[in-house]
Amino acid sequence: MKQKLSHLWGRDGTKSVLASLISIVIGMAVGALIVVLVGLLNPSMGPSTMWEGVRLVFGGLFSTGRDAAGQLTFGFNSTNLGNMLFRATPLILTGLSVAVAYKTGLFNIGAPGQYLMGTAATLILALSIPSETVPPALIWLIAFLGGIAAGAIWGCIPGLVKAYLNINEVLACIMTNWIAANLVTWLFDKGSLFEHLQNTVENTKTAYIYKTSFNGVETSKMGLDLIFPNSQVNGGIIIAIVIAIAMYILMNKTTLGYQLKACGANRHAARYAGISDKRNIVLSMAIAGGLSGAAASLYYLSGNTEFFWSTYQTLPAIGFNGIPVALLAVSNPIGVVFTGCFMSMLDIVGLQLTNLTAYNEYITDVIIAVIVYLSAFSLVIKLAISGGHGRKKRAAELTAADAASPPPGGESPDAGNPTAEKGGEEA
Amino acid sequence: MTFLIQQTLIYAVPLMIVALAGVFAERSGIINLALEGIMIFGAFAGVLFVNLTQQAGVFSAAKEANDWIALQGFMLLAMLVAAILGALFSLLLSFASVNLKADQTIGGTALNLLAPALVLFFIRIIANQNTLQMYEGDAASWFMIRKANFGFGRNDDMGFLGETFVNRTYLATYICILLFVVLSILLYKTRFGLRLRSCGENPQAADSLGINVYKMRYAGTTISGALAGMGGFVYALTTANCASTGDVAGFGFLALAVMIFGNWKPGNIAAAALLFGLFKYIAASYSSIDINGDGVFFLAELGISGHLYRMLPYLVTLVVLAFTSKKSRAPKAEGVPYDKGKR
Repeated sequence: MKQKLSHLWGRDGTKSVLASLISIVIGMAVGALIVVLVGLLNPSMGPSTMWEGVRLVFGGLFSTGRDAAGQLTFGFNSTNLGNMLFRATPLILTGLSVAVAYKTGLFNIGAPGQYLMGTAATLILALSIPSETVPPALIWLIAFLGGIAAGAIWGCIPGLVKAYLNINEVLACIMTNWIAANLVTWLFDKGSLFEHLQNTVENTKTAYIYKTSFNGVETSKMGLDLIFPNSQVNGGIIIAIVIAIAMYILMNKTTLGYQLKACGANRHAARYAGISDKRNIVLSMAIAGGLSGAAASLYYLSGNTEFFWSTYQTLPAIGFNGIPVALLAVSNPIGVVFTGCFMSMLDIVGLQLTNLTAYNEYITDVIIAVIVYLSAFSLVIKLAISGGHGRKKRAAELTAADAASPPPGGESPDAGNPTAEKGGEEA
Repeated sequence: MTFLIQQTLIYAVPLMIVALAGVFAERSGIINLALEGIMIFGAFAGVLFVNLTQQAGVFSAAKEANDWIALQGFMLLAMLVAAILGALFSLLLSFASVNLKADQTIGGTALNLLAPALVLFFIRIIANQNTLQMYEGDAASWFMIRKANFGFGRNDDMGFLGETFVNRTYLATYICILLFVVLSILLYKTRFGLRLRSCGENPQAADSLGINVYKMRYAGTTISGALAGMGGFVYALTTANCASTGDVAGFGFLALAVMIFGNWKPGNIAAAALLFGLFKYIAASYSSIDINGDGVFFLAELGISGHLYRMLPYLVTLVVLAFTSKKSRAPKAEGVPYDKGKR
């Protein structure tokens, strides 16, 4: 037993998880510290508000509002938990999108654009196919697959220009993001092909597209609404988790995944070994794009979300938030599920802070940023875990050896491995 | 034509200076993905400075004394404040990537997340809304250079050059262009520049010749942070009416694109930024462009959707790159943490 434990302790994966957890704890502590500092410097807040803020930063998920005496109460809150799962769904998928590309040595900053294309395709399909003649379940499936396809096609573009024209994928992704933002706005704008999808029934708000439930299409709740009543949760979270598991199997148990990772570790060595690096770059970006498209599909097919179509000046934050989700999970598909949930939990915490105290939701963004910043030097934290400076060299050799040959346990080998990035950067 | 040149410059100059910021970091071997975040932070710092000095009544005093040189001086001070805070903010990136040998992409992403979050958090507490604006008046009325400043009447003609490059412009634009030239010379014609660039190509060789790679990389990212912070404020001043919203419309990333587009060389970057600025201008005002002054709005009459014009800057960049990028070459050692013991 003891031997087993020490084996578990010695594994790289365990240390990655621990390093991430330490980052999270420090990040939350920094958030609490800022809350305290602002409370001290701002005379209108006082120590009781400050203490409430700190408690909400750590336990906002279980906040149940205020009781009659005006005190904060905590307990099981099905609305918060359900909404957390609902908001986690697209985050998990965009996180996967960034993670898969990262494993292939590509930095997919194009998730927002792929997400937008997925959104447009999903909404157009879900709202245009007549639900009188086609069963809604089939429309749902078509719209879901359509969203994935649109995202995948959009992801292909940076992949293609990277592989065949040597255009840096970060640049191509930024360009395609803004092209997508303009294209989607164009699609729904006045005088365009899909102008009739603009919501004119509930015209309290302008520039929104109909909810998909308008056409009777929405994701099945799969019984989750019974566990988490009064929340937005639906079956999307289950689909997202299934996709995450599928990506784990694809990346770690199949030849394709091995080829993708080989290209990520060293593109030229992979080509020397007979792996078509160009094909794999395009494929990796297509998969990444498809995942971002799926994120959009699941988010908008829920039936109670609306799309603000005039989006040419802003890119969707969910796309960018995939980056911290993936980084915190050191690009491990299973880890992404947990970090996605964690990020959406911080979202809920932010909402509670805004609703219940004088603080605002941006404090949670600060927490996320600090966590990502700390995860950048997870290698240092890992070294500290394994025993400080004396064993620095040995640990560095260990990680290098780990990266060279995948351990039998199937744990992802290149957590924090700097070579994973090199392949993508030398263009 | 006058309007075209002015507007193109307004878009191109922040891009140019922030792209140069990227060059300084990458030439020293650090990928500065945080340009966007530093811009946001710099814009906030500059706007806050302007807001606070306005509250202190300094601005109105200068205006009453009709002392426009003092007003321009305040603007320069605000630019300086933005630059200093941008440099300070960028130390977070240098510390992570030089001292702790962290992944630079992740560090940069963290700064990009941190800047808008911090800025919005404080704006919400300071201004109780999501925008921090000037305390009174708008940017143009305080800072724009006008004919009247040079003793011209409202209807006097300053000639083509005067109308284009003096009337209704911002001094900040020219300061940036001047800095761009000076710093490009610094990077290519001085000993310091050569040393800095050598750290981005082959740090081991540089170290063997007695150059302190860590110091050079700190210098590179700090100059980068200062320029990006200043660029952020200039962007806010000239295009966003001196308001800080925790957002610079993706200009930091666009600057990154301009930098890659310009192949990490100042001359090419200036050209790329001007091209991009021109298309940005076309996108913003295609319906009112009168190219040869005969009252015919050619672009509007083509009947092409405005959305296409808005897409053009990005499409053109991709197409131009498709033809030029085969030769594109990043600094060799960028993104690789320098480890003395490594061969």
